Amino acid sequence: MKKLFANLKSYKKEVILAPLFKMLEALFELLVPIVVSQIIDVGINGNGGSDYIIKMGVVLVFLAIVGLAFAVTAQYFAAKAAVGFAKKTRSCLFNKMQSLSFSEIDKLGTSSMITRMTNDVNQIQNGVNMVLRLLLRSPIVVFGAIIMAFIVDAKSAITFVIEVPILALVVFAIIFATLPMHKSVQSKLEKVVTKTRENLTGVRVIRAFALEEKENEDFTKEQEGLYKQQKAVGIISGLLNPLTYVIVNLAIVALIYIGAIRVNQGNITQGQVVALYNYMSQILIELVKLANLIVNLTKSIASGKRVEEVLNMESSLIHKKSEGENESEYEIEFNNVDFKYQTASEESLQNIDLKIKKGETVGIIGGTGSGKTSLISLIPHFYDATKGEVLVEGKNVQEYDDEILRDKIGFVLQKSVLFKGTIKDNLKWGNENASEEDMIQALKTAQAYDVVLKKEKGLDSEVEQLGKNFSGGQKQRLAIARALIKKPSILILDDSSSALDYATDAKLRKELKKLNYNPTIIVVSQRTASIQHADKIVVLDDGKIDGIGTHKQLLNTSKVYKEIYDSQFKEGGLKNDK
Amino acid sequence: MTNKTALKRVMTYVGKYWHFMLLSLLLGIISVAMTIYIPYQIGKAIDLIKGFNDVDFDGITSIAIQLYICIFILFVSQWTMTILNNKITYKIIYDMRLISFRNLTQYPLSFLDNHRPGEIVNIVINDVDTFADGLLMGFSQLFTGLITIIGTLFFMFVINWILALVVLALTPLSLFIAKYISSHTYSMFKKQSEIKAEQTGFVEEMISSLKVVQAYNHTDENLTSFEKINEELEKCSLKATFYSSLVNPTTRFVYALIYALVAVIGAVLCVNSTNFGGIMFSVGMLATFLAYANQYTKPFNEITGVITELQNAIACVARVFALMDEEKEKVNKDAVELSNVQGNIDIDHVYFSYTEKPLIQDFNLHVKSGKKIAIVGPTGCGKTTLINLLMRFYDPNSGEIKVDNISIKEITRESLRTNYGMVLQDIWLKSGTIKENIKMGKTDASDEEIINAAKATHSDSFIRRLPQGYDTIINEDGEGLSQGQKQLLCITRIMLALPPMLILDEATSSIDTRTEIKIQEAFDKLMQGKTSFIVAHRLSTIRNADIILVMNEGNVIESGSHKELIEKDGFYAKLYNSQFEN
Repeated sequence: MKKLFANLKSYKKEVILAPLFKMLEALFELLVPIVVSQIIDVGINGNGGSDYIIKMGVVLVFLAIVGLAFAVTAQYFAAKAAVGFAKKTRSCLFNKMQSLSFSEIDKLGTSSMITRMTNDVNQIQNGVNMVLRLLLRSPIVVFGAIIMAFIVDAKSAITFVIEVPILALVVFAIIFATLPMHKSVQSKLEKVVTKTRENLTGVRVIRAFALEEKENEDFTKEQEGLYKQQKAVGIISGLLNPLTYVIVNLAIVALIYIGAIRVNQGNITQGQVVALYNYMSQILIELVKLANLIVNLTKSIASGKRVEEVLNMESSLIHKKSEGENESEYEIEFNNVDFKYQTASEESLQNIDLKIKKGETVGIIGGTGSGKTSLISLIPHFYDATKGEVLVEGKNVQEYDDEILRDKIGFVLQKSVLFKGTIKDNLKWGNENASEEDMIQALKTAQAYDVVLKKEKGLDSEVEQLGKNFSGGQKQRLAIARALIKKPSILILDDSSSALDYATDAKLRKELKKLNYNPTIIVVSQRTASIQHADKIVVLDDGKIDGIGTHKQLLNTSKVYKEIYDSQFKEGGLKNDK
Repeated sequence: MTNKTALKRVMTYVGKYWHFMLLSLLLGIISVAMTIYIPYQIGKAIDLIKGFNDVDFDGITSIAIQLYICIFILFVSQWTMTILNNKITYKIIYDMRLISFRNLTQYPLSFLDNHRPGEIVNIVINDVDTFADGLLMGFSQLFTGLITIIGTLFFMFVINWILALVVLALTPLSLFIAKYISSHTYSMFKKQSEIKAEQTGFVEEMISSLKVVQAYNHTDENLTSFEKINEELEKCSLKATFYSSLVNPTTRFVYALIYALVAVIGAVLCVNSTNFGGIMFSVGMLATFLAYANQYTKPFNEITGVITELQNAIACVARVFALMDEEKEKVNKDAVELSNVQGNIDIDHVYFSYTEKPLIQDFNLHVKSGKKIAIVGPTGCGKTTLINLLMRFYDPNSGEIKVDNISIKEITRESLRTNYGMVLQDIWLKSGTIKENIKMGKTDASDEEIINAAKATHSDSFIRRLPQGYDTIINEDGEGLSQGQKQLLCITRIMLALPPMLILDEATSSIDTRTEIKIQEAFDKLMQGKTSFIVAHRLSTIRNADIILVMNEGNVIESGSHKELIEKDGFYAKLYNSQFEN
């Protein structure tokens, strides 16, 4: 996870200091049993008396204060490193996601990108915080306790040498045995979730078929699967506490026995036995902490891997060096282009040859999956053609800087979205410096001005996240206005008027024709009516061009076009405002 | 729902497992008793190790034997208790979800339409989980914690009341500190979660629309906005994380103080035991006491956590109960099964609205068996509402709908609904195999019937091309299938079911025109002699309809055949002609 941890670099100081202070705290804790054994041996059993005991008491309080100071310092550095690391990771991730090409975005999927950005980064932040605080501390206490035991009495310390590995073995065996089981619980739970959600999203279908009882049965089945798995995990993970307790206490019994012999022989004192006993207890507490840490850490590591995966992605778009300006009478040219989505097995476009002149209006029509959207997505270099070349103003799109190329193009996607802010903010996406008149002009052309007028605050009306407070048709019209504000030389409308009724659609088309900067317009539609008056119509069928021509020509030359037209017109086609 | 009534109701769920509960409590007491008794015995053993040539080995051996037994009992009781607690918890989760789910299948659509699926899923899954974990695990922790505190205190007082008092007096200090810190960090956490929510909102919006962002070269502006929120988040996150992480070191510090005091006072007592009215105190007792001081403070820490968790758990369970308590659809016990349907449908003076605002008013329609009704109109005109009423997803506010002269209120919902074949514009597939999805139409269909139905809708060939053919598993989103293919599967369900009446709401909207023409033949065959309601944009279907209903704002504004309506030159004619305009 190199890329991910690179974000820790600027927190080197914190990353070193946090565990260091934590370690110091642990060392001070390890001194406590020694002090207590001194109290017993010198204060009680020896001739130190109350004075000595109180002096040692002061030492204990001193150790506690120093321990507190170290711990607080460590917590601060750990928190600072973890929070800062999370912040940097989020920035990197957001930046990276924005730079990915459409191919990578398709591959990742938006919901997965959002989870990585939020849940996974939180998980990593917790992981880093815990590691800095605990990962070093626990082993140090465990090994420190063993070393201290050896210092007290090497022969009695043998019990530690036997006990600790067994304890560690048991703890880790249980953790690693249950990890896959926890995963399976998770997947079983997901099935229960799916079943519940399906019953809500598909309630009409389920009730139409009167399948409620069957759904209940299926739900019960999923639940039983979950219950069984949960129970199975519980039996094994429930062993952790009692078993470690048993091992430690058995070791204590052994320790007392060996200690008794050693004391009897005069090798060690009673106080030293108590000290050894205390070390034993410390080990137990730390190992349990370590076990919990590791469980949480596996989650963080899984999250880390998911984040790293995105950080390692590179935009797969090809960029070539510009070979200078080429004058061309064509605005857009497709030369023998093939195109295949990276995730798909078959080509979406094949042998596309298409030339579009400046200022022309071109309609693209075809059935679902015929490649309409794929075709227009190649123009702003959202994807690379797998074969052939796409030229804009005589220059291969791969030779453009993406920003410069996309500035020329007003692209209205199939699914129109608006963003949180005001209507004005949204329109400014098209042009940062647009004046209010520009905006109103664009809104009028896009048939969206009445939408704005209906709102109380006009251009300053609030837009909710993703434009939730606007209907589909309103969003489409505003999205078209946003594209028009750019005054683009190429305007691409990807089925962008599907939610408009015929009359509004016709008005929109009329207004677009009147634009004074005379853009090249490409209209993708399923409706023949939307495109039949275009200068040129491209008929796509199964990724291939079936015909190019005017409406009249195509009625004679393209069987596909005629079929579509007939289905909508000859028998008539009334698509009402959905 | 008050906490008290919620708790009372929880008891009815727990009550089912009272014998397990009782056993678990008993085992809890035993294991706590052992954890207190074991250090006590160890202390006694240490006292037997006095010094050189002064060790009572027989005494130690007999204590060791006792310890072995105690350890064994502890192991068995603790493990069994955990297993029992798990069983009770998971069983209660199981019961609650089952009841919630069963109720959901009986709630009226009006409830389900008004709540987002995510919201309900959250209650059925997360709230139930949080409740069960919080309340039941919390309860057992609280219970064992309390016994540990009481038991340890009792033993401490038995061994030495002075030291016991010292410990008793100081422990509230750690509680006080923990409380102080958490009450001061609360506002920081609140601010943190507010900013986090803001950031998540921004991320959701921008990442889900990345394509637009890139098309408009808006990445730099976005990054700037993101960084601004991010900086703010870092600042308040650091505060919240740091201050809340102070709880552990400070409480540990308090314990260290208690530990030091116990050590000092205990040791002084040992030295001067005769001076304190003959109270005996030994090194072994001191060791026991030090062990107790550790053991005793732990549940205190846990209990503070448990109490917040319990409050949260009760809030969760109150939501679960609220979901369970929604009103179910009323079942008419005298309802009859609809059989041998002719398909005569009468709608008389029906009024209906979802809200205060009237929608459908005095709707009348009489359909003779086997007629084709096409419904046309703009968004929100009431097309979907009409379907809702026909299927009895909603009941009219007044008026009556009859099928074959029986009021649909006198017909069981199941038989009414299964007699309609419904294909909706909203395509819905369930996760499972293709076959399972088609079989929804007829659960006992043979493979041959399924394949024949698929052939009729021209979906057999694409299904066969899938990796596992009819057994290919698809998820809820139908990943890997195109919208059109998904819609074909929905139609295949109806082809398999062959119901006597049909409702088709833009049933072919996602299917490309050429396939649509092919399916149309199958549809025509299917519709022959069947009463059908069709919402569609294809004029061929609409034109051939016996009656075209033109709806607007909840009312039928025109009706008649295509020819009649065109001649009338009204709304329909305008709608129809608008597509020919340039």
